Amino acid sequence: MTKQAVVIDEKDNVATATVDLKGGTKVSMFVADNVFDVVVNSDIPFGHKFAIKDINLHQHVIKYGESIGRAIQPIKVGDHVHVHNVESERGRGDWQ
Amino acid sequence: MKIKGYRRPDGKFGIRNYVLLLPTSVCSTQVATEIANKVKGCTVANNSFGCCQVAGDAKLTYKTVVNLGKHPNAGAVIVVGLGCEGVEPHKVAADLAGLGKPVACVVIQEEGGTLNALAKGCQIAREFAQQLSLQEKEEGDISELILGIECGGSDTTSGLASNPACGVASDMLVELGGTSILSETTELIGAEHVLARRAVSEEVAKKLITLVRDCEERAKALGEDIRGGQPTPGNIAGGLTTIEEKSLGCIHKAGNAPVQDVLEYADIPVKKGLHVMDTPGQDIESVSGMVAGGAQVIIFTTGRGTPTGNPLAPVIKITGNGKTFERMKDNIDINVAGVVEGTQTIKEAGQVIFDEIVQVANGKTTKAEQLGHIEFSIYKIAPTF
Repeated sequence: MTKQAVVIDEKDNVATATVDLKGGTKVSMFVADNVFDVVVNSDIPFGHKFAIKDINLHQHVIKYGESIGRAIQPIKVGDHVHVHNVESERGRGDWQ
Repeated sequence: MKIKGYRRPDGKFGIRNYVLLLPTSVCSTQVATEIANKVKGCTVANNSFGCCQVAGDAKLTYKTVVNLGKHPNAGAVIVVGLGCEGVEPHKVAADLAGLGKPVACVVIQEEGGTLNALAKGCQIAREFAQQLSLQEKEEGDISELILGIECGGSDTTSGLASNPACGVASDMLVELGGTSILSETTELIGAEHVLARRAVSEEVAKKLITLVRDCEERAKALGEDIRGGQPTPGNIAGGLTTIEEKSLGCIHKAGNAPVQDVLEYADIPVKKGLHVMDTPGQDIESVSGMVAGGAQVIIFTTGRGTPTGNPLAPVIKITGNGKTFERMKDNIDINVAGVVEGTQTIKEAGQVIFDEIVQVANGKTTKAEQLGHIEFSIYKIAPTF
């Protein structure tokens, strides 16, 4: 079966889709050596991310085992994770 | 491991044998380009600046031009100037005279205009090119290679596949005693702490952190969110959400080797091993800086696809996005989409890239070379006056 998504580090709370995923699909992926299933709540395009754990408001979004920004709204398992619900904490000239 | 190339009088080792047309300012770039187009065996490094620059900005352009002249892939150099610019052509030629390779200087005002300068330049270029055509390839060691590592038009496959595969290739070169350069300071924002853990000393770690923080402060001073500029709209469409995510993917290009030193733009490394060079995230300026620093070959990962080449260094293009490879086959040399699809390991993909570096070093042409891509742009750090 074609690999559907990857989780890079076991600390990550997001996975990256390696194929276009239809909303409602049950997606299987490895987290370390364990298989883990997530149902995606909407279409996830190839290369985009979805949550594999619930993420609270202002909680860090973790990929590569490191923070890639923080949630600007609560994110549920299976939600598309992108610019609409995550903001960067670096290079924010608009924050002064 | 041995490779075949061109030994220069100063001891350096080139993998190409060009007559380099080196314009000292925007005013002489047209003439330099026309000479390069006329005579087979020539190349030209575009210069959009070189005049009415001050302080560090003027010094940076001067250093970039001179260090390009020192590049081992240039067997001979023709400095082309207007005559009144800030980057003085005779001074540049004098700085290159000690290298032992053929160096000439053509100044448009001294020759009396475009046509006379073209005639003189073409005559010299023809003689130099014929001279270089007689040079036989000699054996060199792979440890003499400086590899520039670039990513551009990134998407999420860059961080998952092509960048880590380049990291494997870079580690292999460093293991054999060679040198690698990671650049694009902007694209270290949010990942600098990870890279700094691998610095050989506290001092190098501090230099690296300061470099990235200063870059971030410059961006913040503009008073807006960096998102939109970094990551770019294309990066975002490809799934990259923040600069932190882009950066954490970017640093995978540099593998796991210790960071030996931090270089300023266009500086030539004095140590072996992995270096970080201060360049902007803009691909052409970044590659240009690494090539001015002596990189004889560039590996360039792309998710969205890009045609970029370089006048002196062959650029090997790699993608982890299978659709991009199909769509832009004439620009991209290596497809490592198997890593994303689960049919190829990162280590296997890294070996493919390393083998290609060796082949290209030995003379195999890249797609960017075949299609005549010689983009070149010098980094600018202050307004022109």
